[in-house]
Amino acid sequence: MADIKDLETYLNEVYGPVTDWMTDFDHANPEYNENAHALWDEMRDKCPVAHTTRYGGTWLPVTHEYVSEIAYDTDRFTSRSVVVSRMKPSLAPDMPPAPIGTAPPISSDPPFHHDARRVMLPAFAPKKIAAWEGDVRALCNELLDNVEGQEVIDAAVDYAQHIPVNVIARMLGFPLEDSDLFRKFVHDVLEGVDEPVHVRQPKFDRLFDYISVQIEEHQANPREDLTSFLLNATIYDQPLSMRHVAGSIVLLLLAGIDTTWSAIGSSIWHLATTPADRERLVREPELMPTAIEEFLRAYAPVTMARLVKEDMDFHGCPMKAEDWVLLPFPAANRDPKEFADADKVIIDREENRHSAFGLGIHRCMGSNLARLELTIAVEEFLKRYPNFELSDTAGVKWSNGQIRGPRKLPVRILPNK
Amino acid sequence: MRVRVDTSKCQGHNRCYALAPELFDVDDLGTAFVLNDGVVPAGLEAKARLAEKNCPEYAIVIED
Repeated sequence: MADIKDLETYLNEVYGPVTDWMTDFDHANPEYNENAHALWDEMRDKCPVAHTTRYGGTWLPVTHEYVSEIAYDTDRFTSRSVVVSRMKPSLAPDMPPAPIGTAPPISSDPPFHHDARRVMLPAFAPKKIAAWEGDVRALCNELLDNVEGQEVIDAAVDYAQHIPVNVIARMLGFPLEDSDLFRKFVHDVLEGVDEPVHVRQPKFDRLFDYISVQIEEHQANPREDLTSFLLNATIYDQPLSMRHVAGSIVLLLLAGIDTTWSAIGSSIWHLATTPADRERLVREPELMPTAIEEFLRAYAPVTMARLVKEDMDFHGCPMKAEDWVLLPFPAANRDPKEFADADKVIIDREENRHSAFGLGIHRCMGSNLARLELTIAVEEFLKRYPNFELSDTAGVKWSNGQIRGPRKLPVRILPNK
Repeated sequence: MRVRVDTSKCQGHNRCYALAPELFDVDDLGTAFVLNDGVVPAGLEAKARLAEKNCPEYAIVIED
């Protein structure tokens, strides 16, 4: 963080417009996600590691080779914080130290990471998650029933956003009526990344306060859910610390919501704008598994981040200790060196080593749940509405920040051909 | 044909089990392992190759 001369200014200045996307990019600027695919292509040709002095210095490698190299290199890059904002762990002395971090295991490094992840993996194993299929299908149909008969529906607001929120609230044993609050937490943490710290910090405090209340309620009334599971879990023969439990709940609550919501929304956006693919999927529903993997590749929602541990040279880039490095798996997924016809969406693509769920030890723990929700959400939407289009192209609004997906997606329901 | 999971690379993406459950299974932690000692029954060679070509971690190894 060699660039920080005045801490107050660093924490609280309001960032201006981007002057040059190759040398002054801002991932929280609304234009970034709107134009992401073109920007990554341009960076891949010109950089291929873009840089900005914003957020105290941030790097953005966009090739599959570099993204995977960093994802695998846990010696030189730490996961202590994975959301690029001005709040660096080194500036927050009461943040749990490496290798644990604020929200284990996503914020953890080896060797602690492995043990914290082991605690939670069984809850997200394929066979455990498959049991949710009926509930997710019923939920999708209930959401579709609620907008039945409308000519125009917002597929992001009326449909996609409710699916992961409802499922994770039930898994954690949190009140379903707090769903709006969960979405607000997600928005605060993941979209408000360019806000000054004095605006951002109180939002984190409210999130942890809410979770403390839920933990206390579960301590008083234990039950069969993930919150009670974490309260009973042990690591190194000791119960998890309350900070570990709260941090893991933050991870479960936030990580599964707008990521999956984004993947569902982007897939519906593709089908609204690509009639040939939509008609083919209706005609050949057996293509759904490869289509879903292709939507995950082409519209992968999640960019992760790392912090540089010590000053180093990365392929000619002078990275400084505490610099941020964004890990845009969605850009890696569009690298023509790794994928044939990388810029084309091919719904029967058979070979697809996409990294939508990350690479290496931090592979998304909820990937089986995300795939289940995404598949069922697209299947049920298409069953109900085989024919639809964007009702207002200008009305589509993309998210800000590291999770990319439509936040407004007005579609007009058309008669079935 | 034989198939093998490099467990030092497998991170539990679950692609092989989804694409070729006749050849792979996953344990409680989501880590893949081969069935039938990795021997690919006749007729399933294409499925083995599909699993190999869809592993994001390059963890599936085919031995002809």
